[in-house]
Amino acid sequence: MSNPQQLRYSKEHEWLSGAEDGVSTVGITEFAANALGDVVYAQLPEVGSAVTAGETCGELESTKSVSDLYSPVTGEVTEINEDVVNDPSLVNSAPFEGGWLFKVRVTEEPSDLLSADEYTAQNAG
Amino acid sequence: MSSTEIRRTALDALHRSLGATMTDFAGWDMPLRYGSERDEHVAVRTRAGLFDLSHMGEITVTGPQAAELLDHALVGNIASVGVGRARYTMICRADGGILDDLIVYRLAETEYMVVANASNAQVVLDALVERAAGFDAEVRDDRDAYALIAVQGPESPGILKSLTDADLDGLKYYAGLPGTVAGVPALIARTGYTGEDGFELFVKPEHAVELWQALTKAGEGAGLVPCGLSCRDTLRLEAGMPLYGHELSTDLTPFDAGLGRVVKFDKEGDFVGREALQQAAARSRENPPRVLVGLVAEGRRVPRAGYPVVAGGEVIGEVTSGAPSPTLGKPIAMAYVDAAHSAPGTADVGVDIRGSHEPYEVVALPFYKRQK
Repeated sequence: MSNPQQLRYSKEHEWLSGAEDGVSTVGITEFAANALGDVVYAQLPEVGSAVTAGETCGELESTKSVSDLYSPVTGEVTEINEDVVNDPSLVNSAPFEGGWLFKVRVTEEPSDLLSADEYTAQNAG
Repeated sequence: MSSTEIRRTALDALHRSLGATMTDFAGWDMPLRYGSERDEHVAVRTRAGLFDLSHMGEITVTGPQAAELLDHALVGNIASVGVGRARYTMICRADGGILDDLIVYRLAETEYMVVANASNAQVVLDALVERAAGFDAEVRDDRDAYALIAVQGPESPGILKSLTDADLDGLKYYAGLPGTVAGVPALIARTGYTGEDGFELFVKPEHAVELWQALTKAGEGAGLVPCGLSCRDTLRLEAGMPLYGHELSTDLTPFDAGLGRVVKFDKEGDFVGREALQQAAARSRENPPRVLVGLVAEGRRVPRAGYPVVAGGEVIGEVTSGAPSPTLGKPIAMAYVDAAHSAPGTADVGVDIRGSHEPYEVVALPFYKRQK
């Protein structure tokens, strides 16, 4: 699997797109989706809610487990992916595309987000 | 279990070449899934799936008094099992607590194979050896003598028929016969843990890869796929089958687990646990503590083992197994609940899912029964 170069990554396996008009898109990586197995339920943060970098903002349920969803940045949620709410398997089939989770108006970015190469290296270790 | 080296089956390299996600299960490195566990589950329900179950623990009991020993050591009537047939049974402690659930195959008049769960194989072996004292019978550890490959699902008879001359049509559910599959000597058993028709093939480990590959090829047209332990768990859960460590434990008797029918008081001779089990039987008739029930979610959040079952703000039970059910399309669970809340349709029962009480419907087990 390859991690798109234009994205940045958290150690908790979320990806963050570059901002458009101050709004970035967040999802989980293919590595994380594969580790979870089939995602069957996604509890996403509410539109308008505040999220904080490194803190939980939702959860993803798979066949075998439930995992916390962490926000990679601090900001306000502007949109959630209703397609994923209705069909959580999108997280597995297209984690970097149609399986995105939410959009956030970023107010603060942590300094330790990873590049694609750094994130790939982290998972190889 | 001591933290010894992790064990690998004879099919280990093959699983890796198939891209399996592996998991530690009872000290064994086993395939959890190859791709989507839901797709694997659906394949077994509608077509066929191929499983490596070589972690299961085989113990052979032979000798003139093999039947007497097993009747003494286990709760079932093992002497009554015909040659070539199999029986689901349990081994209990003197206090009635379940040490393991087992399948016992009668291979010959004086030869049985006991198949234990991987997590309990040593416990079962030790108990059988201890209980064999005074019997003219030998208990042999055959865990390393067998690989176990299961082919399960409605297409499995057709797939297997193309590889064997054995009389599969004459092989009933819970029967087993020695034969040859794809040129490999095998004990062919019509057993499984999926709720579907299917077979379990006990072969020498050195033949496992050859057999797996032959089955894979034979099943290509029928839609057979390799399947991991993840879908095995959701398949058995839908079929209402207990899993040791979840629905069964040393704290429970077979009667507590709703499986009192496996205990045969009318067999000859005494058996380990008889007195305690007679008391447990009476208790479960007159004043059952908790009852094993099925729960079906109204929402989408998934109950997990250990989550409290609640009613009217009170804890009335505990989930023992839970998962999203691919067949029902909803989360399901098995749970022990207070008898007062155990009737199907009981209102206002919920599961405490990480602090929020989600509504659940109490249903009779199993969740799924195949159409015959």
